Amino acid sequence: MTATSTGAPSSGAPARTRMSPRRRARLSRGIQYAILLLALLALILATDWSRVGTSFFNAGAASDMLPAFPRAVGNTLTYTLAAFAVGLSLGTVLALMKLSSVRPYRWLATIYIEFFRGVPALLVVISFGFAVPVALGRTIDSFILKAALALGMVSAAYIAETLRAGIQAVPRGQVEAARSLGMSQARTLATVVIPQAFRIVLPPMTNEFILLTKDTSLIFLLGLTAAQFDLTYIGRDALNSAHGGLTGLFVAGGGYLLITIPLGLLARWLENRTGKARRS
Amino acid sequence: MSTPVVEITGLHKSFGAHEVLKGIDLEIDAGDVVCVIGPSGSGKSTLLRCVNLLEQPTAGTITVLGTEVTDPDVDIDRVRTRVGMVFQQFNLFPHLDVLANCTVAQRKVLHRSADEASSIAMANLDRVGLADRAHSHPTELSGGQQQRVAIARSLSMDPQLMLFDEPTSALDPELVGDVLTVMRELADSGMTMLVVTHEMAFAREVADRVVFMDDGAVVEQGAPDVVIGAPTHPRTRDFLQRVLDPTHRHPTAE
Repeated sequence: MTATSTGAPSSGAPARTRMSPRRRARLSRGIQYAILLLALLALILATDWSRVGTSFFNAGAASDMLPAFPRAVGNTLTYTLAAFAVGLSLGTVLALMKLSSVRPYRWLATIYIEFFRGVPALLVVISFGFAVPVALGRTIDSFILKAALALGMVSAAYIAETLRAGIQAVPRGQVEAARSLGMSQARTLATVVIPQAFRIVLPPMTNEFILLTKDTSLIFLLGLTAAQFDLTYIGRDALNSAHGGLTGLFVAGGGYLLITIPLGLLARWLENRTGKARRS
Repeated sequence: MSTPVVEITGLHKSFGAHEVLKGIDLEIDAGDVVCVIGPSGSGKSTLLRCVNLLEQPTAGTITVLGTEVTDPDVDIDRVRTRVGMVFQQFNLFPHLDVLANCTVAQRKVLHRSADEASSIAMANLDRVGLADRAHSHPTELSGGQQQRVAIARSLSMDPQLMLFDEPTSALDPELVGDVLTVMRELADSGMTMLVVTHEMAFAREVADRVVFMDDGAVVEQGAPDVVIGAPTHPRTRDFLQRVLDPTHRHPTAE
């Protein structure tokens, strides 16, 4: 940045002109803290706090939402669980197809995965609402099933890849040891490979679940009745009320965090618990 | 004389264009301990892995315990229940404790009851001196202990033949002895064993027969005192000199 001294470090005494790495690291840390403080200060001074209070965190508007809130959290959770069940089942089948020795199965799985990974979930949900009744000549009556299928089909593509990678990450020697003991291929998969793959895929699978939780915000496209409102829907609904500004969205966001943060903690706890067996 | 436990004729194995085994003939009789020695890349491990079909032979026939395993329609899982295999890298199941490692195949493959499997496993763990570690996890054990558990795991299936693929090569030097002691006791008990090893002292003392392999073929085989003590073939002599006296500067080398 600035002009460097031309004195050759090999001949002179560099200790005098250059700071030691320890001092440089300390100075760099000091600068980083100073930048952070300045940024916080600027943010605090630039914000109109009274407007934030009334339009983002409006207690009145928030309490108006309260009656609908528990059911919205419940609905969001239900849609997520149902979609995850579909995604996990379909994803497992796709992962096994991708590892199959029958080539057409591998092709089919690859086509499915590439398609649903590459298309926005929004489009899939919309098409599901309109295309399925046309294609099958009948409608799916259960709303939860409809939502689960639409979102699960997308999620399955990601889950399949995660599972495949997890299964392939189990060392070859494990399979050889199991087969040498007389276990069949299927028995080896169930007894030795899948339990170990489960541990490997736990962190990415938690991600999958959290992404799915947020994707449930798309199901309003399938048309909701009052009993089926999810968090995003009641959040948007609250925007239309006369006061409170964006408060509705903040409450809805809080609802999602209420689901995802405990889930993250649960996953970390599971990971630590199962990890202990692996590494002493 | 009864039929041999293992009978290999004209065994060839290629990986792509690379021919690893170039026509092996080998017989192992019941109760025999056969040690296979030779330089790395000579095909020793591949030979061993062909016996329980972890590698599919390219040509030739292998008969194990009266069943031809090179028959395309062989029920290999059934043969494998009677053939124990011990790996260089142990390959214990890390998600199961020591006891479960020794019972899982008994339960799932031989359909033994939990009590029976458990008592057989404990007897074999006792045999390898690790009964007190039954509820440890594999990662809590030293390499030598893991390998002894792997031996107990195989023995719990009541095998009639044991295959050892360089069982001490991944171990720290001071842990090798415990594993070799277990193997020696196993040999003394009359187990039929095929052992790929670099432990010349073990081969010389325990083996009934030593097979020297080089470049995918059997160069020389016979009593240990002959093959290791007084080898006739120059390639055997050259190999043994390198192994037994590693710091010795070979006259033709460099």
